[in-house]
Amino acid sequence: MAEPLLQVQDLRVEFPARRGPRVAVDAVSFDIAPGEVLGVVGESGAGKSVTGAAVIGLLDAPGRITAGRILFDGRRIDDLPRAELRRLRGRQIGSIFQDPLTALNPLFTVGDQIVETMRAHLPLGRREARQRAIDLLAATGVPSAAQRFDQYPHQFSGGMRQRVVIALALAGEPRLVVADEPTTALDVSTQAQVLAVLRRLCRDHGTAVMLITHDLGVVAETCGRVAVMYAGRLVEIGPVAEVLDAPAHPYTRGLLDAVPTLAGERERLPQIEGTMPAPDALPAGCAFHPRCPRRMARCSVERPPLLAAGERRVACWLHVPEGPA
Amino acid sequence: MTPLIEAIDLTKDYALPASWLGRRGPRRLRAVDGVDFAIAPGRTLALVGESGSGKSTVARLLVGLETPTRGSVRLDSVNVAGTGASRIPRGRMQMVFQDPYASLNPRWTVGEIVAEPLRELGLLRGAAAVDARVAELLAAVQLAAGDAERWPHQFSGGQRQRISIARALATEPSFLVCDEPTSALDVSVQAQVLNLVKDLQRRRGLTCLLISHNLAVVHHMSDRVGVMLAGRIVEMADRRDLFTRPAHPYTRALLDAVPDVRRARSSRDPLPGDAPGPLDAPAGCAFRLRCPHADARCATERPPLLEVRGTAVACHAVHEGRL
Repeated sequence: MAEPLLQVQDLRVEFPARRGPRVAVDAVSFDIAPGEVLGVVGESGAGKSVTGAAVIGLLDAPGRITAGRILFDGRRIDDLPRAELRRLRGRQIGSIFQDPLTALNPLFTVGDQIVETMRAHLPLGRREARQRAIDLLAATGVPSAAQRFDQYPHQFSGGMRQRVVIALALAGEPRLVVADEPTTALDVSTQAQVLAVLRRLCRDHGTAVMLITHDLGVVAETCGRVAVMYAGRLVEIGPVAEVLDAPAHPYTRGLLDAVPTLAGERERLPQIEGTMPAPDALPAGCAFHPRCPRRMARCSVERPPLLAAGERRVACWLHVPEGPA
Repeated sequence: MTPLIEAIDLTKDYALPASWLGRRGPRRLRAVDGVDFAIAPGRTLALVGESGSGKSTVARLLVGLETPTRGSVRLDSVNVAGTGASRIPRGRMQMVFQDPYASLNPRWTVGEIVAEPLRELGLLRGAAAVDARVAELLAAVQLAAGDAERWPHQFSGGQRQRISIARALATEPSFLVCDEPTSALDVSVQAQVLNLVKDLQRRRGLTCLLISHNLAVVHHMSDRVGVMLAGRIVEMADRRDLFTRPAHPYTRALLDAVPDVRRARSSRDPLPGDAPGPLDAPAGCAFRLRCPHADARCATERPPLLEVRGTAVACHAVHEGRL
């Protein structure tokens, strides 16, 4: 396997609150290699967006990293001074958010915004940058890119705007893109187009992508590996084919079963009872044990570590044969 | 079987303000255009479509939140459209809305919320009778009787959606409209709510109209499915037929675009362009600009919805046997 581009090691993110800190992300570790798409899935509040924000150094105040490290290309980036982090972001790390409208400035043409971002990061002249911006828009699937270059964001439909946002994220030719629910606000046929663009960019440019989503179908279509988060922790991570075909963690299994699909007939959807606990009300032991159909005595006492099982890692006592790890 | 509810030539226009310089005069937007369907008692019809297809407007027309520009809505063969909610037999139709955070009054307790339709329609006399009914309704949606004293903000999204369902069931409606009931919910919670709606439907013989953009949810919940595009139904079929042999090229493309965990990763080419809304639909067939089978006729003549092998489909290529 190629040398990882991004390494997240034992990451812990806390939000101070009156009754002690709320731990939003705890002991999360994963790598992403160049050209790889890692899916990060989980339900609202699982910590997936906070993890993404930590990677790009844009944690909402007062949240902060209280343990662990983030390495980019072997270099530590979680403790960089603001100015240096800014340079890294945009140049080396691009980001795409759910709502394309908030990411674009309504007062400038789409082309100006891309050119400005490019010239902030790359040594390019005006004319050269313009040509590259048009090429980039075309590459993300914006038709008649040269004409649309001079239009304003409100003149674009939702799907086209999200392509502009992708073009903007790629303007500095980043080596890593963090995409947080990039297609959630889009219609299915538009979503398929945008995902195809992301896949192609990865393949052609070797860009690494961290794709945060709640949609397991999107993961199945787009990602090579997937990390499943629950209550701020990783419960399972591994190759998509393995994890989705034969989930090892009961939460992954439950999530997969609960999704209605176009294949097969089921009278009822198997449901996971209850809801995910809030970060300040985590149960002892495994955070999933109160909802787990396969819980054992040990699960309510001891927290399972994330242990390797073949090509994947799983945090569940079912997969630890005997004794303490 | 006589349908419980029918939409006949249902059409809704909205007036758009004239452009600032007044060069173009007032325009109108036809959000729903000649929609017909009937739902038999105890059955579920789903309307699917992308944003701007008019599916939510159909839902609002049906329950009387909007007045149709043309056409009618018949409940048990009686026309109830045209004069707003007042002509709808009291409480026989109810609606569950998409956003469980916006559809519950934050200043009312759950008990007050669920009891409101009962009080409003004067269906029960005496506080004790109302309280007993509220407890019964909360039990039906798997909430505790004590939850009546609590406030909406104390509940999660899935629980709030169950409160909306309890409120909708208060008047013992025979027809329930669910507009994207689970699209604001996480998957594990979505499964809880979908199972609940299915159980309630079976137990109470409810007739349902489900509005959704999620084809997998529609596949799981419905008996019949109508596919909407730019205000019209372009295909209507029994669920199994629609999902196993979709006829309209738009339906095929939609089904193809759904990312599915149980399907292999594909390298298929996605449909180009965006779904046209009511303002930018081309003349002729609304789908023709994205359609690989479009020809000269599609550009001029709007295809009617015709029955072909048990499926109603509006497509010249299908009608001509080209597809």
